[in-house]
Amino acid sequence: MRIECPICGSRDRREFYYQGAAVALDRPAPDAGEAAWDSYVHLRENPAGETRDLWHHEGGCGSWLVVTRDTVTHAVHKVELASDVKGAMS
Amino acid sequence: MLKCATQSLSIKKGSGYVVELKAKTPFEGTLPLTIGQAKLTELDVGHLTSLSPLGDEKAMATALEKAHGMALPKPNRSTGKEGARCIWFGRGEALLMGPAPDASLYKHGAVVDISDAWSVALLEGPAADDVLARLVPADLRDSQFKRGHSIRTQVFHMAASITRLGPEKFMILVFRSMAGTLVHDLKAAMAAVASRG
Repeated sequence: MRIECPICGSRDRREFYYQGAAVALDRPAPDAGEAAWDSYVHLRENPAGETRDLWHHEGGCGSWLVVTRDTVTHAVHKVELASDVKGAMS
Repeated sequence: MLKCATQSLSIKKGSGYVVELKAKTPFEGTLPLTIGQAKLTELDVGHLTSLSPLGDEKAMATALEKAHGMALPKPNRSTGKEGARCIWFGRGEALLMGPAPDASLYKHGAVVDISDAWSVALLEGPAADDVLARLVPADLRDSQFKRGHSIRTQVFHMAASITRLGPEKFMILVFRSMAGTLVHDLKAAMAAVASRG
């Protein structure tokens, strides 16, 4: 598996650390209520198909990345800097 | 070497004091090493200074150009030449190698002396490519990784910085605490490449 880091270019999976689903970019407000927080902390989708994860390029430039990939075909569709994704959300 | 203090008057030895402590280089006692067509040596490059521009990167780039005569490197690149070099060192960071940083740089970002934190080695020879290919997950072939290219990657499991200085010459940086491990891993790879003839 290779990931196209927006800064370093195409790199081997060994250089990256997998953090998990990219929900951390969408943290609920402190007063969002129990259901929202329960979902944010504990509940994860387990899709057969497209998924968005946070990866850390720890063996490279050190960027956090949002990787959109397919769990069925193993295709990596898109890699973005987490800071860009977060910046576009606010 | 600039590294470490050369003398200390505060450390007791018997009834007197230690007057001179000899600084050890990161690879002292382990390098140089030649196996087959690959040679590994220690490089004494002088000061190592981490440059992290805060805010406008251009201001730091201008100051660096003016003070040290080299551009701030773009990702995966290096600037300058032997004796005074600047290599890309990660996102938003560059490493100035050689001269002590000019005071004008301090205004434009974090400027940190990390001379004692990293060790610098040179791997050269016709087998250098093949040796690194066994340990590094990035493509370092001449066609992809040209002279002056500089990347952050891994050597086996170690965080490293690799810069191509010439057709058969690579400069490798790892944390100083990993210097022994780097020699161990490269030695094994050099022997394995050499054994294939």
